[in-house]
Amino acid sequence: MKTKELEEFSKTLRKAILVSLNAAKSGHSGGSLSSIDILNTLYFGGVLNIDPNNPRNDNQDRFVLSKGHAAPALYVCLAYKGFFDKDLLYTLRKLGSPLQGHPDSKKLKGVCASTGSLGHGLSQAVGMALALKLKNSPANVYCLIGDGEMQEGLVYEALMCASHYKLDNLCVILDFNGLQIDGAISDVMNISPVKEKFEAFGFSTYEVDGHNYDKLLDAFERFKNTKNSKPFALIAHTIKGKGVSFMENKYEYHGKPPTDEELDKALLELGVENGI
Amino acid sequence: MEYKATRDAYGKALVEIGIDKNIVVLDADLSSSTKSAEFRKAYPERFFNIGIAELNMVDIAAGFALEGFKVFASSFAVFITGRAFEGVRQSICYQNLDVVLCGSHAGISVGEDGGSHQAICDISLMRSLPNMQVIVPADYNETYRAVLALHKNKGPFYLRTSREKSLNFTTHDFEIGKAHILRQGIHACIFACGPVIEFALKAAQELDKEKISVCVVDVSTIKPLDTDTVYNSAKNVGHIFTLEEHSIIGGLGSAICEFLGENLPKRIKRIGINDKFGQSGTSADLFCEYGFSVENIASKIKKSLEDD
Repeated sequence: MKTKELEEFSKTLRKAILVSLNAAKSGHSGGSLSSIDILNTLYFGGVLNIDPNNPRNDNQDRFVLSKGHAAPALYVCLAYKGFFDKDLLYTLRKLGSPLQGHPDSKKLKGVCASTGSLGHGLSQAVGMALALKLKNSPANVYCLIGDGEMQEGLVYEALMCASHYKLDNLCVILDFNGLQIDGAISDVMNISPVKEKFEAFGFSTYEVDGHNYDKLLDAFERFKNTKNSKPFALIAHTIKGKGVSFMENKYEYHGKPPTDEELDKALLELGVENGI
Repeated sequence: MEYKATRDAYGKALVEIGIDKNIVVLDADLSSSTKSAEFRKAYPERFFNIGIAELNMVDIAAGFALEGFKVFASSFAVFITGRAFEGVRQSICYQNLDVVLCGSHAGISVGEDGGSHQAICDISLMRSLPNMQVIVPADYNETYRAVLALHKNKGPFYLRTSREKSLNFTTHDFEIGKAHILRQGIHACIFACGPVIEFALKAAQELDKEKISVCVVDVSTIKPLDTDTVYNSAKNVGHIFTLEEHSIIGGLGSAICEFLGENLPKRIKRIGINDKFGQSGTSADLFCEYGFSVENIASKIKKSLEDD
């Protein structure tokens, strides 16, 4: 899809996130909505080379959602990409569902690594990138981390290692929405300067508006064309709860699903009909 | 009899199986101690030093395993099971990945480095994780054979090795989940694991002189437990002991108590580290201080029989 189509399609994805969270009656709205434009670009903007019928092929790209609590954003992309029946989205977080509260690689096709406890996804992605290099695979590994996640020390062990082993097949994407459960990142535990941190760890960096499809597509193109023995960090400035006015920039919606009334209101704003 | 360190068997066996190009080996700056350096010398392109970052190493191991590699990752037991615990849980066990985690320098016998470096609850930590299989070989030979078996079987595994040289006495084949009766006995039975089995065997020899006949079982797989062998060895003796270079909480002693408690209730006495940390000293001094001397083991068995 091109920019205009991606923008239009993002409404469908946002709707599916909200509908599945509403059905689950629990889950993380804010971070799913802040990251969905990034995921939409990856999955439907032609960035990821993946085939739902053969997802573990050595030549295919990997995506690891290190901020696993944004699982609904990943699930809607996988569903619309054809990894599984879209009706499964209604089973999110329910007993027996492959759509666990946080992504489970054993239960759901298309989930490259189980994540949820913060920091581990990035380290696993580094391992995958090393493994793909060892196999001489042309595939890339994309890993989305949260800004709150950057408070975990493990993140820096992973960045150091990615740089040491010259993993230019690794693209770390930061969903920089500025909020975490207890409030503003800058109040809870400041992570700035972010760009300088990545650069100090030997990354090529690029900053982008994480809701601008032209910019996102261009950024991923830059990554693919930058094979300079350095891993790549894409710092995506985003808005928590993006697309639903009453959720935007509200840390209270970090771990809260929309109620029935909120869902109706949100869908009205998005201009879409209920249903997946 | 020859004395050899179990960690040396790990290095030697890795080189042997390293011909399999699907194997990668990771370490966290301790490859010369854990002996994974032997693999590095033989197959440098498939060895990755992750530096002093054990948690990262364990997650990277998961990443390799997700891409289809058979991974062996090693560090000191205290670090790979303790510091890296969350990665072992979240990435390795939760995803049931084919990874062998080797914890070397386990127990108090690491000696002079002191309590900070002596893993005494690594078995309990690993044993409590779903999917994890726990292997504590008795000696060099058994460790070597265990590594070959772990190569052929699907993980996750925790393999515990030791720094110090210990008696190399086993001749049996190694099979995951199979305990080995090292000697039969009719009065008492010791279920033991790791190099301290040597002390159990010597205590049994001492007790022979007093007409006390002691069975010694090498429980080299603590999980899954060989319940048939444990049951059959326990059923005809009146006095049951466990022996491990580990806390009496959560390790082999607990595993035996849990199983027999539910299936063959009997009094069981656990010999191990009594819920305290280690300290600096030579391994020989520490073994005496913490109750692993042959005399102490023999006297505990004798006293138990006398009290009966």
